[in-house]
Amino acid sequence: MKSYVPNTISEREEMLKVVGVNTMDDLFSDVPEDMRLKAGLALHDGMSEIEVRREFLRLAKMNNTDLHIFRGAGSYNHYIPSCIPQLLSRSEFYTAYTPYQAEMSQGMLQSIFEYQTFICRLTGMDVSNASVYDGATAAAEAVSMMFQIGRKKKKKVLLSGGLHHEIIEAVKTYAHCLDIEVVIVPLNEKGTTDVEKISELADGASGIIVQNPNFYGCIEDMQAASDAIHAQGGIFTAYVNPMSLGALKRPCDYNADIAIGDAQPLGMPMSFGGPYAGFMACKKDYTRMIPGRITGETRDSEGNRAYVLTLQAREQHIKRQLASSNICSNQMLCAITASIYLACMGPVGMREVAMQNIQKAHYLADGLTQNKHAKLRYNAPFYNEFVIDTDKNPEVINAVLKSKGFMGGLPLGRVIPGDKTGMLWCATEMNSREEIDALICAFEEAVK
Amino acid sequence: MREAYKLIFERSIQGHKGYDLPALDVPQMDKLIPDEYLADADLELPEIAEIDLVRHYTNLSRRNFGVDNGFYPLGSCTMKYNPKINEEMPALFNNLHPYADADTVNGALELMLNVDKMLSEITGMAKCTLSPAAGAHGELTGLMIIRKYHETREDYDRKTIIVPDAAHGTNPASASMAGFKIKEIKSAPDGGVDLDALRAAVGPDTAGLMLTNPSTLGLFERNIKEVAQIVHDAGGLLYYDGANLNAVMGVVRPGDMGFDVLHMNLHKTFSTPHGGGGPGSGPVAVKAELIPYLPTPVVFENECCGGVKLDYDRPLSIGRVKNFYGNFGVIVKAYAYLLSLGRGVREASQNAVLNANYIRVKLKDVYDIPYDRICMHEFVCAPTKEMIEKGVVTNDIAKALIDRGYHPPTVHFPLIVHEAIMIEPTETESRETLDEFIQAMRDIAKDAIENPDKVHAAPVTTPVGRPDDVGAAKNPIVKF
Repeated sequence: MKSYVPNTISEREEMLKVVGVNTMDDLFSDVPEDMRLKAGLALHDGMSEIEVRREFLRLAKMNNTDLHIFRGAGSYNHYIPSCIPQLLSRSEFYTAYTPYQAEMSQGMLQSIFEYQTFICRLTGMDVSNASVYDGATAAAEAVSMMFQIGRKKKKKVLLSGGLHHEIIEAVKTYAHCLDIEVVIVPLNEKGTTDVEKISELADGASGIIVQNPNFYGCIEDMQAASDAIHAQGGIFTAYVNPMSLGALKRPCDYNADIAIGDAQPLGMPMSFGGPYAGFMACKKDYTRMIPGRITGETRDSEGNRAYVLTLQAREQHIKRQLASSNICSNQMLCAITASIYLACMGPVGMREVAMQNIQKAHYLADGLTQNKHAKLRYNAPFYNEFVIDTDKNPEVINAVLKSKGFMGGLPLGRVIPGDKTGMLWCATEMNSREEIDALICAFEEAVK
Repeated sequence: MREAYKLIFERSIQGHKGYDLPALDVPQMDKLIPDEYLADADLELPEIAEIDLVRHYTNLSRRNFGVDNGFYPLGSCTMKYNPKINEEMPALFNNLHPYADADTVNGALELMLNVDKMLSEITGMAKCTLSPAAGAHGELTGLMIIRKYHETREDYDRKTIIVPDAAHGTNPASASMAGFKIKEIKSAPDGGVDLDALRAAVGPDTAGLMLTNPSTLGLFERNIKEVAQIVHDAGGLLYYDGANLNAVMGVVRPGDMGFDVLHMNLHKTFSTPHGGGGPGSGPVAVKAELIPYLPTPVVFENECCGGVKLDYDRPLSIGRVKNFYGNFGVIVKAYAYLLSLGRGVREASQNAVLNANYIRVKLKDVYDIPYDRICMHEFVCAPTKEMIEKGVVTNDIAKALIDRGYHPPTVHFPLIVHEAIMIEPTETESRETLDEFIQAMRDIAKDAIENPDKVHAAPVTTPVGRPDDVGAAKNPIVKF
């Protein structure tokens, strides 16, 4: 039976003697006799690598990953440069723990410092943490941050109805525990957050989170939303798609106080939903409210530049129940992934890839809406996603497309109760014109 | 010769690039997005050629230390070997979209269900959620379940979570985030839960008790039955912090100890790499009575038509705690480990405990061991009085270990031991490695008394010397 234990049976016996006991069971004498597992675990015998691999190939074959993807909705099919997986396989990185011992963890600490700098430059914010679990938990943490900024007096928070429904659900789970009321600001008919409603609902709210582009792909008027919440003394949190910032205005441009999002588009595979990373950045004034790890620059005993985990007085291992959050890790490898991606693309590459997403998505939208059964639902400008309404059943269309080798737009009825007509489409730099043209043909067949 | 390593931003050369995209192959359209929504300038990112980028990160990795570099006896963190086959398996699922149609993800769902079943068997629980992304996230999820359980029973006064003073800092922080008040109880002189203190602490406000067993001192809670009885009799639930599960797999199960909810750390016990701080995974397991409260979605066998399904229709659920279904790629790695070991997890735990005791016995004459009895997978020691008189403290010992090629143990935790050094070797280390480490610890103990200046000067072999932590916090520089 395999357990990755190097010691032989006779070595173990010699070690037991050194310890002064006779058997392995003697080591567990503190465990009450009647509590011990007598029958053994109902698990299989261990497997060799060949058998393990066989089982994985069996499972992998039960999935279908050969479809041409035209679906996003929070997880995007983008190109991952080959240097990313190669560099992530450096086991000095991936087999390390959190960099508690700074002298032997400068590589990781500098990587975090660079990541923080990348996120600040992406969003135009002053301070970034070392990342949190994902976009949804970043939003939940932002709500808690806004609550703290409001000195825990404002027990209400606004969320744009254009936020991903899973983010809204996660925020509600967290907010329930803090007795914070979550109020959803509806979208207008253009598909963007109703700014007048923000003004109406903002009284007593700590702030608002608006997603850009929103779940339905629409580009929000972030400046108007920001002005509306600021007019009532609330905090403006922008939830942004990081890749879109190669083209779109950045959170600093519309005076956001906090900028968050999910870093998945920056080099992380879809991987059935994770692991990704949530990024969080804010204005300098809120540095001591931001949760999670932060790396800072300092000097070593010889005066050389060095990096350490810093501002730890906010954190759980010091503050315990008074900490700004319970989080004690980050998504380090995913954060390095985002850094490598941004370094790889550079300023020109980020503009180019964002523009390609915009162009391809519009080419796709134009192609699909040539058909009389398909109409764009919203007339707001969009980035790489958009909603098409059809008079045919989206699930039927989807099934036909699948039979022709395509993963079509997400039938919205699966995630938005009562939405019987919408499909949320996505195109990225990964979709070639040939592929898009073939999809449009297949779509025409499907709606006939 | 020590010198600072350039930041990637200091390597930027105008016009260099590391990317390559195909030319736009659709007709370019203008004015798709109104100018008012577009950025005025390009992002301020470095411009780097691929080779320089690769060298930068490769050299950064060389300024870091992982389990693959050397022994890493970091207490409470279970830095066991990360088997390489685990690392290869997630790529099989890289292109799986989380909203792919149900009939195209059967393999992924079956994998999740299998992991759920195996973890449930190992812990003696009824069902797991794989959603939480880390141990702390698991704690929070578990506490939300406890809260929801009491709320559903309209038992609204149960707002207090009891936490022993030896607990991880995350325990009270998670309880606070879940909206609970925290009552801390002192440990008994033997390091276990003080039963009288516990009896005095429980009452109609008790929502539950959070306990790590074995404790953060590496000691099994001998009175666990009484502890469970006291908490249950008071109407509270028992939460198991699975940080130390690596000590007891196949020997005794938290479910059989009386725990109602627990989290595991796949990145500790189930060999997935820590990644320098993540991504991890913190599944939560519950007794049957608490299944309705698990976060959405929950993976179940599809009773009507076979296969596996994600169930979203869970009216009593605490709700969602994360995007999609958890850190799936990490769960994949843990599955590879679970398949490799199977019932062999018992052998892993036994040897983890044996290795810890072996080191303990061989250090007890030169270090102070405040709770000197058979330990579980880890133990706590401290510098002797004589060392401290020479001015050598735990931090010095840690830094001296770095110069000898080791990652230091966990230091200054648990808080109830002054100058604690918490050593957890794990089962994947050979006796030879342990002997070398023991010798290093003994050499340092000798130096501490005979040549304390040498210990104070450590580390001298690292890219930087001891950093100024206070300066970093006083004047935070958190970006370039």
